[in-house]
Amino acid sequence: MKKQSSESINFPPKKAEYKFSHSSPTSRGGDRFFRNVVLGFGLVVILLALGFAWELIWQSRLAWKEFGLGLIFGMNWDPVLDIYGALPFIYGTLVSSALALLIAIPLGLGSAIFLAEMAPRHISNWLSFLIELLAAVPSVVLGLMGIFLLVPFMASIQPFLIRYLGWIPLFSGSPYGVGLLTAGMILSIMILPYITSISRDIILTVPRSQKEGAFALGATHWEVITNVILPYARSGILGAIFLALGRALGETMAVTMVIGNTPQITPSLFDPAYSMAAVIANQFTEATTQLELHSLIGIGLILFGITFIVNAAARLLIYKLTIKGGRI
Amino acid sequence: MFILTGTCTLFSLLVLFYILGYITVKGMGAISIQFLTNLPAPLGEKGGGIANAIVGSMKLVGAALLLAVPIGVLGAVYLAEYGNNRVGFWIRYSSDLLNGIPSIVVGIFAYSILVLPMRHFSAISGAVALAIIMIPFVLRNAEEFIRLVPRDVREGALALGIPQWKVILRVVLPSASRGILTGVVLGVSRVAGETAPLLFTAFGNRFWDDGWMNPIATLPTAIFTYAISPYPDWHEQAWAAAFVLLAVVLFGNILARTLLQSKHEGASH
Repeated sequence: MKKQSSESINFPPKKAEYKFSHSSPTSRGGDRFFRNVVLGFGLVVILLALGFAWELIWQSRLAWKEFGLGLIFGMNWDPVLDIYGALPFIYGTLVSSALALLIAIPLGLGSAIFLAEMAPRHISNWLSFLIELLAAVPSVVLGLMGIFLLVPFMASIQPFLIRYLGWIPLFSGSPYGVGLLTAGMILSIMILPYITSISRDIILTVPRSQKEGAFALGATHWEVITNVILPYARSGILGAIFLALGRALGETMAVTMVIGNTPQITPSLFDPAYSMAAVIANQFTEATTQLELHSLIGIGLILFGITFIVNAAARLLIYKLTIKGGRI
Repeated sequence: MFILTGTCTLFSLLVLFYILGYITVKGMGAISIQFLTNLPAPLGEKGGGIANAIVGSMKLVGAALLLAVPIGVLGAVYLAEYGNNRVGFWIRYSSDLLNGIPSIVVGIFAYSILVLPMRHFSAISGAVALAIIMIPFVLRNAEEFIRLVPRDVREGALALGIPQWKVILRVVLPSASRGILTGVVLGVSRVAGETAPLLFTAFGNRFWDDGWMNPIATLPTAIFTYAISPYPDWHEQAWAAAFVLLAVVLFGNILARTLLQSKHEGASH
């Protein structure tokens, strides 16, 4: 059974299994017609992908013409002066996603090892289904919980952390509750199921012979996991992490609701920040000038570019392993 | 080792159950028949409901289905039956690309191809945005299940002299239908909760919608608006609406799982 989360994995296309020799001339015309119709529907998908790239570039042209690379590296986002630089948003997106990975990787990998190696198979199947349900929770619902539960909770523990750890710049600042760390925590919940379920599938591809060979040499279960299974599954797990990163970078609603929506770059994880997706969500309908709209779509293009690279890396890593392991 | 990894799993499950439990308790407290069947009350008045958002979400998801299922399923027929070539490679590649695009960027795309030319927000642009998110889901899932249809079944039908297109439509697709349906159900429950692409396409509406060319209310955007509002009364409604949405989405996922499982039992004899 294929999981919802392994949807985007590119399976190596198999060779055509058989060719049809057509029986009668009448059916040949029908077959050709049918083939062209379904080809047409397939081509729609290619057209959509090309359309995306084209629209994003074309609709952001004014911003690129005006600011050039300044749109990426500019520090100021000022609709009043009509100056737009997206660096604070890029910073917010990257840091909140990195925090999410920092939390979700150990948890996800630990769960994956448990589900693949420790738990009996039928229990493991049920547990992974439950963990995958976590991926189905709509992000606006998680954002709602973020606003009313996580933010007050963070606001209550931050004064304590600031008092004792405030000398580290990461934990300085004021206890707002909202901010980079809060956003990272919500994001980690969203990407946890991706890391868990794909890593579990990858660990299950490790050939039995490899594990049994190590056991025969007298290795303990722990040694087999760290010396045989994890090295074997390394590139696939890395792929799962990249796939999760792709999700985290583009996540909009939950982040918008808890990150604080303040375009600034500060060293503290407690300070409010802003993300690329959040600024698009908040300001798109309120853009007053043509240039502002084009700058926002330019941010969309940057986001598109970053997630494109991250997803391509993920597919490459997972693809490499499926060739080696033979199944996924 | 067992304890360490087991704790990780336990923690993930606790997070899930905490979310489900909390939303259920909070949502059940605020929900009522009147909430499900009334329009939102004017600002400042107590009560009111989300009937327009429920209907709006159903309309948008329904329209997205009508757009995405033909493209997804027939495109998958091409990939599975004829697609071991360069065109097939590019269709798969494009589908993976679409699958990875952040949903807010899908919203920008729908905005620039539909909202900009029409000059106002509309239900149809929201439906297109949701359809774009659904297509890769349906496509890759359907391709896998069409490929799984045994060769004997196809060859048996071909040996009877039936043309290939009829074999595909009448034999292959029905055999794969349960798997395809699973993908569709998963796609529906995924897009039903999407908020970001609707913010500047369907936009939201506090009244009944006025046709496909005008803004329409949806559950996710209603939750968002209520959640970030300053009124405690609206916060209550946000929890109740979140409960309705979560119930629909989880029902879809569990339905998809049962569909697949009975399929596997059927295939095992």
